[in-house]
Amino acid sequence: MRDQSITARPWVTEKIFLGLSLRDYVRSLMTPGTLVAGLILTIGIPIIVYRFIFGLGAVTNLTQTTPWGIWIGIDVLSGVALAAGGYTLASAVYIFGLKDYHAVVRPAVLTGFLGYLFVVIGLIVDLGRPWNLPVPMVYSFGTTSVMFEVAWCVALYATVLFLEFLPAIFEWLGWSKARLWAVKLTIGVTVLGVLLSTLHQSSLGALFLMAPTKMHPLWYSPYIPVFFFISSIAAGLSMVIFESTLSHKYFSNRVPQHSHEKMDRIALGLAKAASVVLFSYFFLKLQGLAVGEHWGLLGTSWGAWYLVELLGFIVAPCLMFAHAVRTSNVRLVRWTAAWTVLGIVVNRLNVSVISMNYNVEEIYVPSWMEVWTTMTIITIGILTYRWIVNRMPVLDEHPEYRESH
Amino acid sequence: MNLSRRTFFKTCGAAGAATLAARPADAAPSATPGAEMSAVLVDTTRCIGCRACEAACGEVNHLPAPDLAGEAQVFEKRRTTAPAVYTVVNRREVAGGERFVKTQCMHCVEPACASACPARAIEKTAAGPIIYHVNRCLGCRYCMLACPFDIPRFEYESAAPYIRKCTFCADRQAEGLEPACTSVCPTGALTFGKRAALIEEARERIYHNPGEYERHVYGEREVGGTSWMYISDRPLAQLGLPSHLGTTPHTALAQGALSVVPLIITLWPPLLMGIYTFSKRREALAHEHAESIRGSHEEDRHA
Repeated sequence: MRDQSITARPWVTEKIFLGLSLRDYVRSLMTPGTLVAGLILTIGIPIIVYRFIFGLGAVTNLTQTTPWGIWIGIDVLSGVALAAGGYTLASAVYIFGLKDYHAVVRPAVLTGFLGYLFVVIGLIVDLGRPWNLPVPMVYSFGTTSVMFEVAWCVALYATVLFLEFLPAIFEWLGWSKARLWAVKLTIGVTVLGVLLSTLHQSSLGALFLMAPTKMHPLWYSPYIPVFFFISSIAAGLSMVIFESTLSHKYFSNRVPQHSHEKMDRIALGLAKAASVVLFSYFFLKLQGLAVGEHWGLLGTSWGAWYLVELLGFIVAPCLMFAHAVRTSNVRLVRWTAAWTVLGIVVNRLNVSVISMNYNVEEIYVPSWMEVWTTMTIITIGILTYRWIVNRMPVLDEHPEYRESH
Repeated sequence: MNLSRRTFFKTCGAAGAATLAARPADAAPSATPGAEMSAVLVDTTRCIGCRACEAACGEVNHLPAPDLAGEAQVFEKRRTTAPAVYTVVNRREVAGGERFVKTQCMHCVEPACASACPARAIEKTAAGPIIYHVNRCLGCRYCMLACPFDIPRFEYESAAPYIRKCTFCADRQAEGLEPACTSVCPTGALTFGKRAALIEEARERIYHNPGEYERHVYGEREVGGTSWMYISDRPLAQLGLPSHLGTTPHTALAQGALSVVPLIITLWPPLLMGIYTFSKRREALAHEHAESIRGSHEEDRHA
């Protein structure tokens, strides 16, 4: 009996319980992090159930004048921007041939995929009639709508990210033939991924072109689609730095020791790229101001908040990244990456929530249940990330396929 | 070819005249957008705030009776439309008196809501009314964001919510009836008809009553034209009609961005594959280079 269990551990034990017995596995989960996550879910999931029984009004502070709140601003708009690491890194490595960054492609693609997955969850929670989601996909095409384009691109791109991640899944399962087949798809799906990302990252901004009289003129611009696209690249790069920092800290058992130095080099390289992207983003924003002739508005209180975004979250991280690269200060790179990630969230909230209806008396403040739901969805994302990283070759390479790329 | 100079000029002239004649003829339908669509002219100088329109609307649409029906204090608070209130009449204080203004869906000629809908749940009918198909609606509320008049309403308290707004009594119109509200108006403040005809009517009233009207038919040009149009003796902004909307249909705003889609779809794959080919070639060259260096080292060693 004993011999058997050593020579052939059941598949479930091996793949799902990380080689531990069920009891040991459950015990290994009892960490402070899991307990906090558990608490968030225990309250969050009933809130989501409650919302589906009693309607959006029961849990949100949305109104007839403010139809879009933080579920759109954070879960959907910021979520999509921060998931941009997938297409940014995949194109850098597979299309531009920057092989130095190979080590971060998989975590970036995984973060991208999970990002989109919880964008879709967030969207389903926000939609009034989510069961009608197949309608625009199957028979009633609203081709004049930017939302239609977004829906199609997001659905297709989530599929593309899944295909891009398939090799890791097959390596985990040990299916070498299927893996080879999935690897052959890489270039094709990467090109498709860049194409779809260009379209929907920008069209998420284009959604707001229809609200010229409702948005504050400092944020309303015909360039919004370009702003969203360019800033998504900075967001993706920063998110990869930010996320790989956390991963290497919390999953150090999955990361070979020698790779820390390599990770520092990668972080510096990505920071350099992010600095350049933020620089062009800043000048595009200035061009937006010039075209709209909105210089005068900078002196108002709205202008002050606009300058916080422009100088604090675009110019400052641009300079900080540049300085950090020159002095090889990886610590500063990591803090700046976190700051840029925050800046993207601030921008998406400014566009979709804060600057919206600026001329209406009513002010939307999210309810605690809206905030909790957002936390719940992010927590589900993090838990899924942990589950996958602990099992599949994401941060480390699978020993059998080390030499294969 | 036997073309005399005379015939040549004649032909040119005729062609030119035809072109000149054709141009205004072509332009005629677009001079009044939605000319043949049904419309309503609201003459605020004639409205007495009786709210018969509100009551009639509630009745035909099976909505609850209007708030404070028949009571004077209803005008103390400004009311807005709601999921179960498709139209409201508000009182506006203006210099030297008060005016009553009816609010409902404006039934734009080129509606932003319909063009924003990803599932075509909101539809602009050829006859004029903008109607809603709940079985296609995702409840994304983009129509609410897109509407410059802030009209579509969402049932936040329902697990299977509808978007609600004035239907322009599309069903009644299909039967040849006029909308419930216009049919009951006792003072002639609401006139139902074809859009082009009502614009004429509005201009005529303004022209024949000098000094009694502002010279502005609200809705004739706003956001590309609306089916509900207003005239008044006071600037219409004072009556709460948004004055900053411009005359461009908001539907046009997103079309520029959408037109980039085919461009990116055709441009990106060859561009990216080109770059990929370059990077592959560069890699191959680097590899060859490394090999040749190693090769020459080997030779050195052997020699």
